Amino acid sequence: MAMEFLAQAKSGDRRSLARTLSALENGTLDLEHALSILGPVPALSEDNWHTLAITGAPGVGKSCLLDGLLRSWAQEGIRVAVLAVDPSSPRTGGALLGDRVRMTVVDDVNLNHLIYLRSVATRKASGSVPVIVGDMTKVLLALGWQKVIIETVGAGQSEVRCAALADRIVVVEGPARGDGIQAEKAGLLELADAVLVNKSDLPGAELHADEIRESFELGVGNTPPVHLTSALHSTGVQEAAEILLNLSSSGRSNRARWRERLLAHHERTILESPKLDEILEKLAKGSILLDEALRSIGGSNDE
Amino acid sequence: MSEPWRIVVAKPGLDGHDRGAKVVARALRDAGNEVIYTGLRRSAQQIVDTVRDEDARFLGLSSLSGAHQHLFPKVCELLKQQGLNDVIVFGGGIIPLDDRQPLYDCGIRAIFGPGTPTSEILEFIEHSTQLENTGVGQDSDWYWTSSS
Repeated sequence: MAMEFLAQAKSGDRRSLARTLSALENGTLDLEHALSILGPVPALSEDNWHTLAITGAPGVGKSCLLDGLLRSWAQEGIRVAVLAVDPSSPRTGGALLGDRVRMTVVDDVNLNHLIYLRSVATRKASGSVPVIVGDMTKVLLALGWQKVIIETVGAGQSEVRCAALADRIVVVEGPARGDGIQAEKAGLLELADAVLVNKSDLPGAELHADEIRESFELGVGNTPPVHLTSALHSTGVQEAAEILLNLSSSGRSNRARWRERLLAHHERTILESPKLDEILEKLAKGSILLDEALRSIGGSNDE
Repeated sequence: MSEPWRIVVAKPGLDGHDRGAKVVARALRDAGNEVIYTGLRRSAQQIVDTVRDEDARFLGLSSLSGAHQHLFPKVCELLKQQGLNDVIVFGGGIIPLDDRQPLYDCGIRAIFGPGTPTSEILEFIEHSTQLENTGVGQDSDWYWTSSS
């Protein structure tokens, strides 16, 4: 099958762009071939970023906040693509992708040519971002989108897979999310390049922001900015958009990033193995052991 | 089924009732599809933009406001204008039997009224992909005869 849509995507056709991303997702197009037609991913200097992950617990307001950030960036004329990830059912494989409900900026006829929003299901991948999002990001950058935002699945304390795929990580927090000890716990917050404490209109937000700041001051490297926002009332959102645009890396997480990349690619070799279904079937029936499964899928011992 | 179908479920126009849309979205999800829900009160253009950017194979329109005769054909028209002819469109909500033929004539391939078992919608989804030319802008007189 000739991939006509690649050429059309290059000429700016949005549907062909959407089709290109689907083809990557479905495994009918590989990244190398896509980039050979679309052209290379633009180079990036150290103090700049292409991809930003927005992560945080379910319900803290990631989508709502992102809606406000997109509006600010688009008003400055920056072309931003968003890959909004929601979970697939581990039982049926189905997904309800609901991030669009909050993203009203894509309905603004004056701005929506500068914004591309695509909902992505995690499918078989574990963690808050499927690795294929990395390939989708590269295609979007090659097509001239200046920034790619990855909105992760609502993530818990130890969900750091997005570190594998993004140049910068923003953690969205909310008020009343536990006492100062929560801010001291190891995990996601350690990898943040910035923290936005959303719902600042509610009591407890300032206190929580202070606790996070205090915790950061005890660490090494640059202290990530901690900023209060209320996506509901649009307070602090414009400033947050500025802070994020010029965000430098906290430099705290280089090793952790490579660890996540390594794990993510390892997982991908397993998930993309043509033998996966057959092996799962055998495991479920009890006809092979986990050791044998790992050996036959080829990703475990022989790299 | 290899890859899941991507299906946009949309609420066009001034209509605040989305229980039906959510029930349908849930049934489609549980059948293994990826369902993109637009939220309430979307314009025809917004819905078509969503279908385009999400690369959806199906579009389900829900209306309980009585404005289906205006909104559904408009969505179909815009889909065709943008070359999204192969998208399969179905509708549901409070749509009297007498109103349905003109909607089928626009390229909508099924209308489901209240009381339709969700299994029937899933049957329609499977069946419509097995036939040729069931997209909104493709030449076919076929439509699903629904039970209610």
